[in-house]
Amino acid sequence: MELVVRDLTVARGGVPVLAGLGFTLGAGEVVVLRGPNGSGKTTLLRTLAGLQPPLAGEVSLPPETIAYGAHADGLKAQLSVAENLAFWASVYGTGEIEAALGDMNLSGLRDRPAANLSAGQKRRLGLARLLVTGRPIWLLDEPTVSLDTASVALFAARVRAHVAGGGAALIATHIDLGLEARVLDVTPYKADPDAGANPGAFDEAFL
Amino acid sequence: MIALLLRDLRLSVRAGGGFGLGLAFFLIVSVLVPFGVGPEAEILARIAPGILWVGALLACLLSLDRIFQLDFEDGSLDLLATAPVPMEGAVVMKALAHWLVTGLPLTLAAPLFGGLMSMAAPGHWWMFVTLLLGTPALSMIGAFGAALTVGLKRGGLLLSLLVLPLYVPTLIFGAEAATRGMAGLDATTPLLMVAGITAGSVALLPFAAAAALRINLR
Repeated sequence: MELVVRDLTVARGGVPVLAGLGFTLGAGEVVVLRGPNGSGKTTLLRTLAGLQPPLAGEVSLPPETIAYGAHADGLKAQLSVAENLAFWASVYGTGEIEAALGDMNLSGLRDRPAANLSAGQKRRLGLARLLVTGRPIWLLDEPTVSLDTASVALFAARVRAHVAGGGAALIATHIDLGLEARVLDVTPYKADPDAGANPGAFDEAFL
Repeated sequence: MIALLLRDLRLSVRAGGGFGLGLAFFLIVSVLVPFGVGPEAEILARIAPGILWVGALLACLLSLDRIFQLDFEDGSLDLLATAPVPMEGAVVMKALAHWLVTGLPLTLAAPLFGGLMSMAAPGHWWMFVTLLLGTPALSMIGAFGAALTVGLKRGGLLLSLLVLPLYVPTLIFGAEAATRGMAGLDATTPLLMVAGITAGSVALLPFAAAAALRINLR
């Protein structure tokens, strides 16, 4: 189980943002993505998650190994905490949510509608979703937004446990999670916006 | 995929869900038309199948933009796209949930509401049969339109414009079958056409809708 990225160019809205990016993420590793706002961290993560095709280069990873944690938590306000989590658990075919609820300190909130959660509680629920996917490679986009110090520590502990169990994580973040992680700064890979500018980029969506 | 269907059904019956919206609209149309047209039972009975079909179609249209838009806005569509559920399957489940929440209640209610327009006895049966055959196509075509317009802010207008022409064949053959059936004529051909449109859209449109969603998520 290894994520290998070779000579990758990713684009947002048809404009290349990162070019020539290469790295590997093996089992038991955490890689922290760094870079200023707009440097292409989210675009890179979305490409790796398969939501958009790369402009060039290749991504090789075993199938069905990715769990993607986006900016938005994907919660349904009308459903309770347990119902939200149980939905994702059954989508991923794991079905077990009690451990994840306990791990993210949500047991006391299980019957509360997601609409009534605070921003930090929603985020904790969003992160608990990762625990019920059973997927080994986590791709996380700013996972600690709106979390308090204690919850950040709780989350870091979950990542540590996941990695110790043979998982891997690629985390885009601006804060120090206190993890033993390799840092990948994407700034040097900044693409020339005009280099790959392709007037036909709009059409490609329809081909 | 069953989990997705159950979640959508649960969401639709909770507060703010779409359940009842289409039905209420349908009831309003059925109640208001006799006031507008006048009390002549003969005229009402003659136009009832067409009015009921148009009412059902518009009621269906009312909740189409919710099929994917809400999931797109709260990020769950992104997460679904990375989940081990084929996008085509997710589209079918979403359309099925829309049909169970909108099309099926309309089908069950149409025979009752037909009474408001002095529809005679065999007409109830024909309304039920034609809507049962036709409304799945309305939901499936609507899901395709919703997938095309999912990324657009206030895409409801574009969605209506895209979907309405696609609804026309279903409407023509559905209403025609109901009218002929009521008049005691042979309705086999229009019934088969409606069934064919439904079967064709259920077979082909999930692929088109899934492709449109993938492009819109980029």
